[in-house]
Amino acid sequence: MKGLAAPLRHARFVVTENPVTGFALALFILFIVAAVFGPSLAPHDPLASNTAQALQPPSGQYWFGTDQLGRDIFSRALVAARLDIGIAAASVALVFAMGGFAGLASGFFGGWTDALVGRLSDTIMAFPLFVLAMAIVAALGNTVPNIVLATAIINFPLYVRVARAETTTRRDAGFVDAARVAGHRDMGVLLGQVMPNIMPLMVVQMSLTMGYAILNAAGLSFIGLGVRPPTPEWGIMVAEGASFIVSGEWWVALFPGATLMVAVFCFNLLGDGLRDIVDPRRRT
Amino acid sequence: MEHPPLLDVAELCKRFPIGRRSWRKGTPAPMVHAVDDVSLVVQRGETLGLVGESGCGKSTLARLLARLSDATEGSIRFAGRELTELPASKFARDPDRARIQIVFQDAGESINPRFTAYDAIADALHHLKGFSGSALRAQVDEAAELCGLPLALWERFPHQLSGGQRARVGIARAIALRPELLILDEPTAALDVSVQVTILKLLERLKTQLGISYIFVSHDLNVVRLLCDRVVVMYLGRIVEVGPAQAVFDAPLHPYTRGLVAAVPRLDGVRSATPRLSGDPRSPIDPDPNACRFHGRCPIGTDRCTAAMPALRSFPDRREVACHFAVEG
Repeated sequence: MKGLAAPLRHARFVVTENPVTGFALALFILFIVAAVFGPSLAPHDPLASNTAQALQPPSGQYWFGTDQLGRDIFSRALVAARLDIGIAAASVALVFAMGGFAGLASGFFGGWTDALVGRLSDTIMAFPLFVLAMAIVAALGNTVPNIVLATAIINFPLYVRVARAETTTRRDAGFVDAARVAGHRDMGVLLGQVMPNIMPLMVVQMSLTMGYAILNAAGLSFIGLGVRPPTPEWGIMVAEGASFIVSGEWWVALFPGATLMVAVFCFNLLGDGLRDIVDPRRRT
Repeated sequence: MEHPPLLDVAELCKRFPIGRRSWRKGTPAPMVHAVDDVSLVVQRGETLGLVGESGCGKSTLARLLARLSDATEGSIRFAGRELTELPASKFARDPDRARIQIVFQDAGESINPRFTAYDAIADALHHLKGFSGSALRAQVDEAAELCGLPLALWERFPHQLSGGQRARVGIARAIALRPELLILDEPTAALDVSVQVTILKLLERLKTQLGISYIFVSHDLNVVRLLCDRVVVMYLGRIVEVGPAQAVFDAPLHPYTRGLVAAVPRLDGVRSATPRLSGDPRSPIDPDPNACRFHGRCPIGTDRCTAAMPALRSFPDRREVACHFAVEG
């Protein structure tokens, strides 16, 4: 496959040239492994309470210590990866499809399409975004699909803006005319010619908002509007551990919080690295 | 006329609104008359030159003829078929789409930055002619060879190609479809002088080899004189002079053409007696329909030029000139 060899070689070049990207990629793989195989990798049952072992500090047996019900925090943080990353990935995929297409269409066709999409994202941006997400989840109900939807909606204007700006600069490009002469109609030009050109920035945007989406999902759970206990989820775990910080059991909140932070960090770093990989101008 | 012409354009107009219609006064939006009442004919196998200064509407006309935008009025008959009935957006999938092709001004910009040279040439072939697999490859191969594009460049992206190579990709893409009419919108404007020559030679060879008719848009009069059979001179959206290229440049009849020819730099130090053109063109926004567009800049204009728009008049040697004062010889 000659089509695949060149990008792979380029990807290796980017990773070796920029060790930070390599580091982010390694973290990313770690999180994906945790998300996919988490439940079978966990050393303890994340839901089994054992009051005899409650609030144990980190040790060889309980790496991250135990919480007030004696549950292993490491196992819970590991298992939570699937839910948190799953919610974030689903919402990013959803907003990428909705916002990306809306932005493309609004930049390409202009006119009333642009006005409609523009006013819609202005309306969303008129609210404090986290409060809007809270309102959506509170109104629609406390379920995972609604958290995904709320997270997608608050990111909508970001995607529209990026896609629209990138499309307007290319709408009148020579290659758009060339594509029309080659027999492409509007939709063909939009999806086949313009979209591949805005993909690099959209991919960067996806990776950056992925971190934001994880934070948002965890934030909703933290204030009790997201996933419900006893489901292992980073936001709930931080919320549960918050009250123990003052009494000295710092590990209950710290480790889930640190895991959350590293996950967000990883996706942000990965965004920069991905841009280098997908940009053909660096493929020399 | 022994053969019906390949392209017969009659009274073609393109007007762009600027701003909006005023609601309070009810006056319509002002219009830019980019192409105004243009009629021309291209015979099979002929090269028609289209010259004029920047902003005279030659690129707009090229886009109209390439069916990239819709005319406001007028007709375009191609091989006996009226094309203006079909909007440009529908024409994209018309069987005649492949027969009219265009080579763009900036070859680098007209290739999708995410397409390789091969993809750029193959895209139209696949889309309009339905080639795929090895047949597609053979077609691309043939077009690339005709245009002198070595195989080694096929997998390169436009930013990895030189200006001349990009121009060749642009030409290969157009001729791969075997068009009957090829519109060349200043194909050499973005190239080095040394590369210009090779590209022009290539175009000349392709024309005889494939029997394509060219519409050659350019502001380089020397190139037009060498390459074109007939020439159309435009000024502010209107045709001012038409005729065989040699005759028009040797003895221009319209004062604008005279100024244009006199403005060609010469190395031999001989200066033509014709005064140089000075000043700026009139505004193309809602121009006076009863005044010659060239009036005000014209060295021989009189009051008659503001009272009546000069129409194209026929002169011997198949020439036409739109000037009240044009005389033979």
